[in-house]
Amino acid sequence: MTYIAKPKFQHPGLKKNSVGFTHRDYEGRISTLCAGCGHDSISAALIEACFELAIEPHRVAKLSGIGCSSKTPDYFLGQSHGFNSVHGRMPSVLTGANLANRDLIYLGVSGDGDSASIGLGQFAHCVRRGINMTYICENNGVYGLTKGQFSATADKGSRSKTAVNSDSPIDLVSMALLLGATYVARSFSGDKKQLVPLLKGAISHKGSALLDVISPCVQFNNNPGSSKSYDYVREHNDAVNRIDFMVPRAELKADYEPGTVTTVTQHDGSTLNLAKLHPDYDPTDRAAALAYLQHHVARGNIVTGLLYIDNNAEDIHAHLNTAKTPMNRLGEKELCPGSNALATINDEYR
Amino acid sequence: MPITATNDFVVKFANVNGSGSASANELFARCVLRMGVPVCSRNIFPSNIQGLPTWYEVRVAGHNWLGRRGGVDLMVALNPQTWNKDVNEIEQDGYLLYDSTKALTTQKTRDDITLLGVPLTLLSNTLEGTIPRERQLLKNVIYLGALSALLGFEASVVESLINEQFPGKEKLIKLNMKAVELGHNYAQQNLAGKCHLKVERADKVGDRIFIGGNDAAGLGAVYGGATVCAWYPITPSTSLAESFTAHCKALRIDPVTKENKFAIVQAEDEIAAIGMVLGANWNGARAFTATSGPGISLMQEFFGLAYYAEVPAVVFDIQRGGPSTGMPTRTQQSDILLAAYASHGDTKHVMIFPQDPHESFEMAAQAFDLAERLQTPIFVMMDLDIGMNDWLVDPLKWDDNRKYDRGKVMTAADLDAGKQFARYLDVDGDAIPYRTLPGEHPTKGTYFTRGSSHNAYAVYSEEGKDYTDNMQRLLRKFETAKQMVPAPVKHAAGRASRWGVIYFGSTSVAMEEAFHRLEEKGLYLDGLRVRGFPFSDEVVDFINAHDQVFIIEQNRDAQLRKLIVNECSIDPARFISILHYDGAPVTARFILREITDRMTITRKEAAE
Repeated sequence: MTYIAKPKFQHPGLKKNSVGFTHRDYEGRISTLCAGCGHDSISAALIEACFELAIEPHRVAKLSGIGCSSKTPDYFLGQSHGFNSVHGRMPSVLTGANLANRDLIYLGVSGDGDSASIGLGQFAHCVRRGINMTYICENNGVYGLTKGQFSATADKGSRSKTAVNSDSPIDLVSMALLLGATYVARSFSGDKKQLVPLLKGAISHKGSALLDVISPCVQFNNNPGSSKSYDYVREHNDAVNRIDFMVPRAELKADYEPGTVTTVTQHDGSTLNLAKLHPDYDPTDRAAALAYLQHHVARGNIVTGLLYIDNNAEDIHAHLNTAKTPMNRLGEKELCPGSNALATINDEYR
Repeated sequence: MPITATNDFVVKFANVNGSGSASANELFARCVLRMGVPVCSRNIFPSNIQGLPTWYEVRVAGHNWLGRRGGVDLMVALNPQTWNKDVNEIEQDGYLLYDSTKALTTQKTRDDITLLGVPLTLLSNTLEGTIPRERQLLKNVIYLGALSALLGFEASVVESLINEQFPGKEKLIKLNMKAVELGHNYAQQNLAGKCHLKVERADKVGDRIFIGGNDAAGLGAVYGGATVCAWYPITPSTSLAESFTAHCKALRIDPVTKENKFAIVQAEDEIAAIGMVLGANWNGARAFTATSGPGISLMQEFFGLAYYAEVPAVVFDIQRGGPSTGMPTRTQQSDILLAAYASHGDTKHVMIFPQDPHESFEMAAQAFDLAERLQTPIFVMMDLDIGMNDWLVDPLKWDDNRKYDRGKVMTAADLDAGKQFARYLDVDGDAIPYRTLPGEHPTKGTYFTRGSSHNAYAVYSEEGKDYTDNMQRLLRKFETAKQMVPAPVKHAAGRASRWGVIYFGSTSVAMEEAFHRLEEKGLYLDGLRVRGFPFSDEVVDFINAHDQVFIIEQNRDAQLRKLIVNECSIDPARFISILHYDGAPVTARFILREITDRMTITRKEAAE
């Protein structure tokens, strides 16, 4: 029904969040993706996360590359500026945007072809620079828009309808850990209960956050033998923790068995309560996280949950010591040294 | 009879790179300047750190012709590898200064030239308390000392420059002065009366400054309000980003908070560099990159996006010899067509052409106004000759009343006042639409930026009419740009002429001298220095006012001529191309010879 304009009507009784927006204020245009696409569930989770976090939509900038995943920023946060850039290059555009205005919230939306194939270089470099962003890879292991070719995250031996992938996969989560990302998580588009709090944690995180979301492609990669199908992911999902995102000073409401919850407080005061599903898993230990991943991947498991967090993360603005006032708010007065300074400079060249 | 000349000759230094010659040679040029005599200096260097041939040419220009002349009157030959070529290059009855520690036996010399032997190695070995590496460096200072005696520099000039070179380092100053003295005394005692090239104190430099184009452009970007610079190291553009960094550190750190009012990122490649520039400009900061031909090749896809989605950007292209890796340390004007039509599909880009470091400063600042006004990439087309050589130019100027032109940006106040926002709608008739910045207003003015086809409201559309309307508007916007790029500069011949000549960029300085020499021969031409693309009507009018028009370019394929023929629909037969593309800057002599030959042949044909 993508040709139908989305009605603007809202039920007057719709619940509003603390900044006065309803859930619908976070929606975008009607999706043009296939019915049942995992990406639409991720868009829905983003809408949910932003509504619950009470973010003013215009304070968000959505950036993407090219592909099915990169089309989605049109389908959520219709009152935010969006930038659908070129294939594999969203990270550089987002980096530049972030340098220009450090005050906005940056969502980088990409896919596995966009991030792990054509854009692997830019993915790596934006993570290692510590850009304050939420980088979401909507990972289905295939190129949807060109009809089902394998991407670089497709598992070795995974089957599509017509072929078997024989190349080794690239694991963006492991790479992000190696490259210094300060918030690393994996989730599943079919598990909104896990995904929404992980998104909220990532958006609140002041540093480079990567969220790899397995998001099955119903059209080209949801067949038996595929390791990115709904059935396969459900069967092999190995969640290390369950996360509850708490806004600053909120009461701890959930009931947990003593000793089974890790609480992480982020820079902005928000807390993440992590119900441990694996008693030995410590999400603040980067090296251990990497080892755990390696170990479980070898068993064919898909490890999900909040895999790593550094609650003292810094971002590129701290590294560059940039002014608190965003660059795009500076004018002649702040930027132009004027004719007297130039006279002195001229003297240095005589 | 050896050449006799005062304040009008060419000295060329032939060195091995990595031997420390560059600073001594630059010191030589500065000595001449401090004597009140203008110079034109050109560094001709290899893409290498140590061991390959490198040359530094200084034209002592009391007459103020500041382009390369061509030919060498005094060769300082210190590289055995290029000895024969260097000796051959000396003018009839010229001079050769060489290291005479070992007698010349097998090396080729010439009967007509005057040999000026200075035992540089022997003399350097007498410098006490030095290690071999230091003696190697000081050999360069010894020949500077010898030259100061041969050419007649005032002792105080050399001394004060050495003092300025090593501020506060007494030991180094002493050592260097000792080396100068060794060379000076040797020449005075052994070579007196042999050299008839002289530098005489004059007052011809005035308030001019000696500066490189990359340095000036980096400073221009500071004055022009650039806050974000994303770049990737590539010769010959690297020093532009480094200059921006240095000037920002001096001028843009908040004195109270100590925070930086700039953000500079060395990107992982040129693609990421231009991506960052677009992201920052989209978000309302003035951002630029500096690169050279190979970088422009890599950035193509993003240029198409910037053109089509109408995102401002400033790109400095410091052109070098292509194609491929080509001649990374030699100059050319060979990216004209690449930049003009960068990226797939129908695109056209705005270019501006500074002629020297002075204009590089001005146009660097102006480029940011143009980019935001036109919402499109602006290519500042420099070259290695301008970028990496110090030129004697008028001092840089800034008008404190000047305001940045931030272009058509709709603010929250505009939106609240009820102004209608449509991202790609031509409301003012100049085909330039309004944009909004992310985060500006809670409920109004948001839009989606994309490189896919869109309608006037920035909504995805595959409708043929939406597409063609938009593409036509982009053409009209390019028309608007004609009036905004720097206007061409005319040179009127001493008398009416049916001959014209078009030139641009670093060629200008040699062309100015060529005009003078041609008129001395009774050959009159009108000139037009092109400074911007799209070409304004003045360019077409100039061509139409002349029967034959020379176009002088530093590339093989006559790229500017092709662009003019293409964009102005002019009969190619009207043009005669003069092309200089061996990698060295074009000389006045070359232009003079080429134009003289063709004008004379045509005159003869007409007479017959």
